[in-house]
Amino acid sequence: MTFSAPLEKRFARMLQSYPQKRSALVPMLMYAQDEVGSLTDEVIAEIADRLGVTVLQVNEVIGYYSMMHKKPLGQYHVQVYTNISCMLRGGFKVWDHARKTLGIGHKQVDADGRFSLEEVECIGSCCWAPAMQVNYDYHHNVTPESFDRVINELKKGGGQ
Amino acid sequence: MPELVKFKLNDKELTAEKGTLLIEAARQNGVEIPAFCYYPGLSLQAACRMCLVDIEKRPKLATACTEPVMEGMVVWSDNEKIHTARKTTLEFLLTNHPLDCPVCDKGGECELQDMVFRYGAGGSRFVEEKLHVPEQKWSPVVYYDAPRCILCYRCIRICNEGMGVGALGLNYRGVNSEIVPNKGDHLECEECGMCIDICPVGALTSGAYRYQTRPWEMTYVATPCAHCGDGCKVTLSVRNNQIMRGNNRDASGLNGEFLCIKGRYGYDFTHSAERITKPRVRKNDELVECTWTEAIAAAAAGLKAAKTHGVIGSTHTTNEENFFLQKFARQGLKTPHIDHRRSADFPALMDALAGRPATPSALATSRDVLEAPAVLLIGNNPTDQHPMLAWNIRTAVRLRKQHLYIVNRASIPLVAQAEAAKIAKAGEEIEELERFRDALAKEKDVVIIFGSEVKGADITKLVAFGDTLPGHTRYIALADNANSRGAVDMGVLPDLGPGYQPAAQAGMALDEMLAGNLEAFLIVGANPARRYLIQAGKAFVVVQDMFLTETAQIADVLLPSAGPYEKGGTVTNTYGEVQRQKLGLLVNGAKTDLEILSLIARAMGFDLGAANAATQSNEVFEEIRRSVKGYNIAAAALWTGSAVPAVTLNGAVPHRDRPDLIASSNDTLFTSGTLGRYCSALSAVAEAKERKNPEGIGK
Amino acid sequence: MIYGLRDLMPGSEHEVKVISRRFDLPNSASIDTYLANEGYQAFLKARKMTQDEIIEEVKKSGLRGRGGAGFSTGMKWSFVPKNIQKPRYIVCNADESEPGTCKDRLLMQFDPHEIIEGMMIAGLAIDAHKGFIYIRGEYRFLIEIVEKAIDEAYARGWLGKNIQGTGFDFDCVAHSGAGAYECGEESALLESLEGKRGIPRIRPPFPAVAGLYQSPTILNNVETFATVPAIILKGGDWYHALGTPKNGGTKLTNISGHVKRPGCYELPLGISLRKAIYEVAGGMEGDKKIKAIIPGGSSTPMLVPDQLDTPMDFDSMAKQGTFLGSGGLVVMNEDTCMVEVALRVMRFYSHESCGWCIPCREGTTWLKKMLTRFHAGGGEERDINLINELAQAMLGRTFCPLGDAAAMPMISAVKHFRADFEAHLNGNKCPYEGRQ
Ligand SMILES: Cc1cc2nc3c(=O)[nH]c(=O)nc-3n(C[C@H](O)[C@H](O)[C@H](O)COP(=O)(O)O)c2cc1C
Ligand code: SF4
Ligand code: FES
Repeated sequence: MTFSAPLEKRFARMLQSYPQKRSALVPMLMYAQDEVGSLTDEVIAEIADRLGVTVLQVNEVIGYYSMMHKKPLGQYHVQVYTNISCMLRGGFKVWDHARKTLGIGHKQVDADGRFSLEEVECIGSCCWAPAMQVNYDYHHNVTPESFDRVINELKKGGGQ
Repeated sequence: MPELVKFKLNDKELTAEKGTLLIEAARQNGVEIPAFCYYPGLSLQAACRMCLVDIEKRPKLATACTEPVMEGMVVWSDNEKIHTARKTTLEFLLTNHPLDCPVCDKGGECELQDMVFRYGAGGSRFVEEKLHVPEQKWSPVVYYDAPRCILCYRCIRICNEGMGVGALGLNYRGVNSEIVPNKGDHLECEECGMCIDICPVGALTSGAYRYQTRPWEMTYVATPCAHCGDGCKVTLSVRNNQIMRGNNRDASGLNGEFLCIKGRYGYDFTHSAERITKPRVRKNDELVECTWTEAIAAAAAGLKAAKTHGVIGSTHTTNEENFFLQKFARQGLKTPHIDHRRSADFPALMDALAGRPATPSALATSRDVLEAPAVLLIGNNPTDQHPMLAWNIRTAVRLRKQHLYIVNRASIPLVAQAEAAKIAKAGEEIEELERFRDALAKEKDVVIIFGSEVKGADITKLVAFGDTLPGHTRYIALADNANSRGAVDMGVLPDLGPGYQPAAQAGMALDEMLAGNLEAFLIVGANPARRYLIQAGKAFVVVQDMFLTETAQIADVLLPSAGPYEKGGTVTNTYGEVQRQKLGLLVNGAKTDLEILSLIARAMGFDLGAANAATQSNEVFEEIRRSVKGYNIAAAALWTGSAVPAVTLNGAVPHRDRPDLIASSNDTLFTSGTLGRYCSALSAVAEAKERKNPEGIGK
Repeated sequence: MIYGLRDLMPGSEHEVKVISRRFDLPNSASIDTYLANEGYQAFLKARKMTQDEIIEEVKKSGLRGRGGAGFSTGMKWSFVPKNIQKPRYIVCNADESEPGTCKDRLLMQFDPHEIIEGMMIAGLAIDAHKGFIYIRGEYRFLIEIVEKAIDEAYARGWLGKNIQGTGFDFDCVAHSGAGAYECGEESALLESLEGKRGIPRIRPPFPAVAGLYQSPTILNNVETFATVPAIILKGGDWYHALGTPKNGGTKLTNISGHVKRPGCYELPLGISLRKAIYEVAGGMEGDKKIKAIIPGGSSTPMLVPDQLDTPMDFDSMAKQGTFLGSGGLVVMNEDTCMVEVALRVMRFYSHESCGWCIPCREGTTWLKKMLTRFHAGGGEERDINLINELAQAMLGRTFCPLGDAAAMPMISAVKHFRADFEAHLNGNKCPYEGRQ
């Protein structure tokens, strides 16, 4: 399989960046996942082939990292942080609110594949807690109200 | 000389070779340090934390499995701190363990049980819910029960490092970590079952054995494997005259911890429904069951009536049986026509090496392969045809940096381990060796191993090449079956008697016999009909076999014989190592080939000396020791289970060159000639369908 | 959204700005701003020094690793053997995953060239020509900023072959992680960088001898590298004098939790906890009382108000039985349930344990399950001691320090806040519920 031109360009650069090809495995999987939506068997076989490793070796790696997934997430993957600093400043309140608002639980995707939700560990926003990430986008000092604002924006934004 | 260092263990002054891991140094000195993840020869993990020891001036306990001993080191392997550490580690381990010992296959021979018994706490303080994961079937012979798994990673390592297959991996992380097979929900591998053997607990279990019996209900018989020419020792676990399991329980054989799928699972031919258990004689062109008395009488009468006889021996029967068979032929029937299906040109090799001293021998043993600095492999595909040899080579490459050179007609899996490999056209193998000359000349000693591709004059050329190498060059010829070598050593050949001595009168070779006009055949444990058209109907045919093979079907008298696990005796592997075969079980109705032969001999009134009355193989073996050149081996060592090399190098071997008769049946891991057809596990695994040896190998 | 400096660093008069001195400049991440403000001058200076001189200067600065362990950076660099004929590597640890810590991201966002220059100087010190910045996968926007900086540096001849005609070659790669706290541990990071599961390695050998691809490797935290250019430019002695003896310099400090002005501040080492909380971070929200302080990220043992006068430096913290760690201060007020804190912390470690060794894998999970039950009111008296015992059973016995990191806060929680645990007994509801 081939990926989009920019991604192929990125992969080509990666393969030159490392003294040993296999080093590109984790980032390649991450960027491929972002483009394809999940780490499908096809993606796995392709990357294994390009890096000269076995499919098993790729799967071992995928299973290890919490950001890698084999099933598609929602178009907007909402991650609510509840580790200690977030917890102290209302992280769980946001988490409860998120579940209620989106009507889905931890690691679930809503019916139309728009949103998925995950309670996650610390993301390096302790001083601006509680934090949340939608896909790679950061949101600091989240309250139930600001959560709603973000979600409504996304809903309005439609299928972009 | 290795450097020795002094260290103190539990207040005792000890010495060990410098660099030895503490856990090994302690073991050498009789101190057991508990371990799950440490496994000699495999990469270090330091994961189970059972081997923690206290080293002077270290703030933390250290892992004995990763610490090399150093001069002046002061170590305690047991004190209060260590005791508590072990106990809690075991307690941790049991938190997610199902504790289903009463129904677990491993119960009674489980390292976790033993460890808890010795170092653990009586109770557990864990009252939370355990993780549950359903067990998984990875292949007809391999099952995985994740909750029982203690994550010692031995299975992954034995598969990656030992087998070079890499079919097992580790997935997920933390407490969800799990061993996974390479194909998602199932395995695609050599199905060797090494992962099951090495698993300290009941996480990996054998499909052939699971949930059938308890370890203490069985008796254990360690005996050479019935299949290939490597002669691994397999432990048969027997209950009520039935083999429940084959494994490598005591690892005392020349195969160390190794067994392949055939050794491990290829035993159920013993209780196959297709076993013949009653003699049969041909009446109105049909084989009908009869009594032994009737059958022996019919065989004796038929053989007596014939004026010319052909005798065909087996590569699976014991040395005693083959020795007696050639005696039966030459002295009883007075026929020179005796042969068997040959897969290695041993006579040509012995002849080429004639006159060399017994020590250091020019013939290499299986152990020599493990220790040799360099190996030159010509032809054959050991991964499939000599799995233990392949294992030894991989082990030597991995642990001793052995250099492997390969010349073959096709690429074989061992190329992955090779320093250099060349593809050669058929018949050009020996010329191709020139390309390795410079590299080989730099090696200290080389063991040259060749398959049936190298035969006749090529062997002479090969030895001439070997002679030009500077070190001590040794040779191994690879033959197919458990006693292929023994059949040759015992003189089941038309031109050679026992011990490579010229036969008094040269007879016809296998193809000549089968194409000729002989009046009677005695065929013992062989199935020539599969390859040659027997002039059935014309000749009187006596067949001794376990199954109704193609050959058995054309017999006039068919005598049910006992299989290799059902009788005593000795066998000689392809390296010339003699091992004692032990009686594992009895199959009702079958008699050993030796007994059948001696019954016929008696019925025919032959006087075959000591062996005449012998139904006991020991007496025949004594005669072999006395009379067969090279077989005067240390019986005591043999009796205590060792593999003892026969010294088959003598003078010149005036043999008749028949390279065309030498061919490997080119078995894969999942076939084993006729015998393999009756081993259910071999055909049950999915890999058996696709597996083929590369074209051209073994011809 | 991408937050600006004002949102992230509220500022304080106690700050001493060394590594953050350019953050305020417009377009601070661009190479133009960098070059106009002493950028890459330290590299040019170091290029004229010998390897030993560079290492000596770093040693003199008293710089201790900013990633958590606080090991002398100069010493670490000096361990790289000169006689190994292999390529050498520089690896920057930007995995920043320790709860309570969010400082490295500011360096990457506002001054990425400073990090690159620090790595180049390390390259000069050990004759390495390739550097990798391992950035946690969640920080994708930062990976983009760092990649842009790297591209700029190549375009302007500050990376690549024969940098600025000095004859020195250096390549730099930004590498994405994929969500694993354990990959912040140096040897697990190297495994991950080699395309494997982030399982730590058996040590010795240490990375300085056999690191990335089994080659000699210097691995430091982002902040550690970022500090190096200033040390080379202004001298080790100058830097050292900013802090306290044996604890040279400044430290990006994160103050989070129940304080009025949470944020990131660059503070001189040795400033007292009291000052940091009450003056720098503006004191406690709602003027509540302090109950507990995590001084250096969630793995460091907690402190109590009695210890507020402890100077924030490596040695003083060690004297109090805890660590300066990564400089992530988490302040908790009197309404905080310490059982809940312990539970949340243990959920994290159980989730992040790589699972390699038994005590960590099983211990964190057992403790998590038990604390869950305990916090829900299902606790029993004996559980309190068991929490301590299980933590003690992990301490010092695991394969890597993650086990210790999980154990230490438990031990301190039970030690200091036993009353909180007792209040949950007998089926009692969490007494703090609704008080935040
Ligand atoms: C479980 C664990 C997680 C760690 N996470 C980080 C991290 O996210 N960032 C970091 O710089 N160091 C982290 N460290 C410390 C590193 O192992 C290493 O000591 C450090 O990066 C060395 O750099 P320094 O000497 O500059 O501090 C972690 C250590 C452990 C045991
Ligand atoms: S290698 Fe040969 S002798 Fe050994 S177990 Fe396998 S088939 Fe049997
Ligand atoms: S044997 Fe040493 S840690 Fe497992």
